[in-house]
Amino acid sequence: MDDLYRELILDHYQHPHHHGEIPDADISYEDSNPLCGDKIRIDIKLKNNIVEDVKFNGKGCAVSQASASMLMDELIGKSLDDIKKLDKQFILDMLGIPLGPTRIKCALLPLKVIKAGVYGIQTWPDEEDDA
Amino acid sequence: MSATNPIKTKGLNVAAIREDFPILQQTVNGKPLIYLDSAATTQKPEAVIQAMDEYYHKYNAIVHRGVYALAEEATARYEGARKKIQKFINAKSYREIVYTRNTTESINLVAYAWGRKNIHAGDEIVTTLLEHHSNIVPWQLLAKEKGAALKFIDVDENGLLRGEQIETLVTEKTKLVAATMASNVTGTLTPIKQIIERAHAVGAVCVVDAAQSVPHMPVDVQSLDADFLAFSGHKMLGPFVGILYGKRALLEAMDPFLGGGDMIREVFMDHSTWNELPWKFEAGTPAIMEGIAMSAAIDYLNALGMDHVRAHERDLAAYALDKMRDVEGVRIVGPLDADQRGGVIAFAVPEVHPHDVAQIFDREGICVRAGHHCAMPLHEHYGLAATTRASFYVYNAPEEIDKLVETLAKVRQIFRG
Repeated sequence: MDDLYRELILDHYQHPHHHGEIPDADISYEDSNPLCGDKIRIDIKLKNNIVEDVKFNGKGCAVSQASASMLMDELIGKSLDDIKKLDKQFILDMLGIPLGPTRIKCALLPLKVIKAGVYGIQTWPDEEDDA
Repeated sequence: MSATNPIKTKGLNVAAIREDFPILQQTVNGKPLIYLDSAATTQKPEAVIQAMDEYYHKYNAIVHRGVYALAEEATARYEGARKKIQKFINAKSYREIVYTRNTTESINLVAYAWGRKNIHAGDEIVTTLLEHHSNIVPWQLLAKEKGAALKFIDVDENGLLRGEQIETLVTEKTKLVAATMASNVTGTLTPIKQIIERAHAVGAVCVVDAAQSVPHMPVDVQSLDADFLAFSGHKMLGPFVGILYGKRALLEAMDPFLGGGDMIREVFMDHSTWNELPWKFEAGTPAIMEGIAMSAAIDYLNALGMDHVRAHERDLAAYALDKMRDVEGVRIVGPLDADQRGGVIAFAVPEVHPHDVAQIFDREGICVRAGHHCAMPLHEHYGLAATTRASFYVYNAPEEIDKLVETLAKVRQIFRG
């Protein structure tokens, strides 16, 4: 089996978790990857500053969609401060697949959208490392 | 590549040609490299690489200025390459051949130096839905600046330009028509001669994007009666340099594009006068090595014969279209008749993002392009955000298309879920 297109990645791509919209979301944010135009929108519902529900919407490649789907699972129950601490390594560990320099952006797009929506952080999670 | 029972195209001896391309001798991810992205840039034969190497080893100097032997050699070769380009597209004079950075800059040169002087409020510019962004955005900028309107000739269900709109959209109000000769996405060959004739009938000038045609088929600017024609050296076996052909009378009447060294005759504190054509449009130090090495690229193509190049690519496209249509679900955008297209095939695989398609191809050593290929309006027309594109050139063999189709089936298999 292909390293990148592992069963788990394909499963999340084809059957994404928390896919859709939250009409009365507390935080909604959409952004795109300028390299490929892929878009992701994330809606977050909070209770006492803890993520009660989260959903994502958008079209993209298997890597970006699987990353979004898996990240949604991780976010439920986390505080906004917990989310701020998530970084590139967290996403790489979560996905567990080898990614080249182009595809790493696909993987990081969902986290970028979350951080931009929650904290207005516009830099890419892998660029924070250089700062 | 299997040597047994090779499938032949009518045009070229591919096995012999491949020997001339050092880059094609390597493996990628343990597989023989299959390069199917020549619409983006072509690989270079040894002769072109040597020509570039020779410049830096033997006569690196600035053209046009020096009186020493090195500079004279560089100038002679640089201007000699220009004359070869002139003959290659059958321009009347070398003065009609302007070196630029790329096709995009060639088109922008026309938009700035011709457009700013000749487009006025209320005028219309007509382009087509098949265009690369480089033949849309310069006209949007110009139209916005001047208060002119930009109109698009539409594409029909077969991926061809709507012929009747050439007549209905190009009218007395039209001052400029910007059209491609061959699409970099659908491969569609346009009725460029008819477009140019229509433009001239209403008194408009026509800018032809020939980036995907000059490298792939015989192009004769005089027989086309093209006013401006833009193309790139790096898409025709040469280095990264662009070319603009312009009719001499039009170029003479235009103001310069970029100002600076080499494009002037005399500079005073309050004004300047301009150099002769074509140097009036070549400000600053040019890409000398790149210009010179165009000579070797054109020699190579001439030796093959552009008729043969076209026949070869037509056969490859026909073979690929036939095989790809057999892969369940694959959607090919553009004409399905190889006579109506160049060797460029963009396609979509249902439920699989083009980046994933391209990634799986890469695992097999196959280079294809994924994205909108700088043609977002055309992708919008097809209801697709992006496609995967395979494009062919003189060094591609039918066996490589077999591998492409095989891998396409593998993509389907991986994503079947």
